[in-house]
Amino acid sequence: MRLTKEEVEHVAWLARLELSEQEKDRLTGHLNQIMGHFEELQKLDTTDVEPTSHSIPMKNVFREDVAGPSLTQEEAVSNAPEERDFYFVVPQVVEM
Amino acid sequence: MGDAELELSRLTAHELHDLIRDRKVSAREVTQAVLNRIDAVEDKVKAYVTITPEIALQAATEIDARIGRGEEVGPLTGIPIAIKDNMCTKGVKTTCSSKMLHNFVPPYDATVIEKLAAAGTIMVGKTNLDEFAMGSSTENSAFFTTHNPWDLSKVPGGSSGGSAAAVAADEAIVALGSDTGGSIRQPASFCGVVGMKPTYGRVSRYGLVAFASSLDQIGPFAKDVTDCAILLQAVSGKDPQDSTSVDIPVPDYRAALRNDVKGLKIGVPKEFFAQGVQQGIADTVMKAVDVLVGLGAECRELSMPIMEYTLPTYYIIAPAEASSNLARFDGVRYGHRTKHATDTLAMLSKTRDEGFGPEVKQRIMIGTYALSAGYYDAYYLKAQKVRTLVRQAYDEAFSEFDVLISPTSPVPAFGIGERSDDPLAMKLADVCTIPINMAGIPAMSINCGFQDGLPIGMQIMGRAFDEETILRVAYTFEQNTDYHTRKPEL
Repeated sequence: MRLTKEEVEHVAWLARLELSEQEKDRLTGHLNQIMGHFEELQKLDTTDVEPTSHSIPMKNVFREDVAGPSLTQEEAVSNAPEERDFYFVVPQVVEM
Repeated sequence: MGDAELELSRLTAHELHDLIRDRKVSAREVTQAVLNRIDAVEDKVKAYVTITPEIALQAATEIDARIGRGEEVGPLTGIPIAIKDNMCTKGVKTTCSSKMLHNFVPPYDATVIEKLAAAGTIMVGKTNLDEFAMGSSTENSAFFTTHNPWDLSKVPGGSSGGSAAAVAADEAIVALGSDTGGSIRQPASFCGVVGMKPTYGRVSRYGLVAFASSLDQIGPFAKDVTDCAILLQAVSGKDPQDSTSVDIPVPDYRAALRNDVKGLKIGVPKEFFAQGVQQGIADTVMKAVDVLVGLGAECRELSMPIMEYTLPTYYIIAPAEASSNLARFDGVRYGHRTKHATDTLAMLSKTRDEGFGPEVKQRIMIGTYALSAGYYDAYYLKAQKVRTLVRQAYDEAFSEFDVLISPTSPVPAFGIGERSDDPLAMKLADVCTIPINMAGIPAMSINCGFQDGLPIGMQIMGRAFDEETILRVAYTFEQNTDYHTRKPEL
């Protein structure tokens, strides 16, 4: 199978990456090369094999629901590109 | 620089500890010696993204005051350390060598940083890496490429290339790195130092900027096996802030350092000596195994056919997790934000286009594709099933053997620029190290010889939470050889 440039554009949209035309071409080539390598896996029979998402067996981890120390408002917004009164400012989302 | 100072930066942590404990040198003298060494060679090596001399000297002065008051001098008290620049350090820039985080100053410390501070270490700086730890050479750093101290025209390996080069060049006594598919062991191998990826869950990942959460693990770089054990001891243990850290008691790793491998069963998996492994590397590693056999270990070859499939499996799982983890970089709460957008969606997409480098974008694209509707079963689920088979292959091997030994990398350090254009050639450099992360087991790289003046790493793999046996094998090899004492000329 081959990925088309249109599919690459769709994936880039899903990933919220605005790519230049040059990058789209580069990635279409590289992705096809790498995805081709993945086809190897289809040779393996994995019927009845359980998937592993986590290498060390583990169940849900719970803690007591008690408040602990956390960042102050000043600290929480200290790296914000734009901030006003401890809120993160973004371009307008909803039409007024 | 005086000769005495020069000598200090060349020493190991355990050697320096004896001097500090006996009040023969102060923490400040040790720290100054390492800072002087950085001044002398950093132009050539370029290991550090950020150097923190003022913070280091202030910390050293405080340590000396505590020692003066008669407080206990721990094994890492007053020891200068370098930290890979993907671990959060409160008040000190943490960039992941990415434009996206070029200005990010964390408001909190990673758990390992808190533990190191409690142990009395002195951070001298943050080291270079491939952007967001994606790469095998530091050439993907958005800032600059680190140079291998053994040959400045070669890469130091990656992604923790800065930490490995810093320790090899005596620009730090020990260092921390992170390892998702070999990012501690492969640069340790290229730079001729000791590097260990502990068992998944042994060390807290809280405050480590996530790449692939089910594979990432923080671990030590050191000049010898003893220092590796000491640093592992300091950072290990359950952390309530990381629910994947495991509540298994941390053993006394120094007690595991015994010069004895009699009767120990070593497996040599033949697949780790195929797949593009240079003959010279394979021969050198087998000679190292012979040393261990000469000391009483038993050795037998075994076959793990599933290993041929681990590279494509890794390159589905790691990018899939990365595409999800890196969704947080949106220009809203921290890091880079584009100046060229008037609506939120454009702000997001342009910020990410400007902030991420080519390799990171490529992996986000692969991961997003592998997780997208219609392809999930064929790629991601399939890869997770193969991961089960990899785990089972290790379970089977470790029912018979105490450790497995292989080359760490199929090749010695390659030239800067030599592989950066070919996406598959670069990834082949990780073929011996990635299966370990998929199984979650611990593995270590130690120097076991040289080829054309470049170090060669031997990888020792062990059972989950049995770092002790790995350390014992490495220590025994070290006690009976002298490769670890050689230093690059800079």
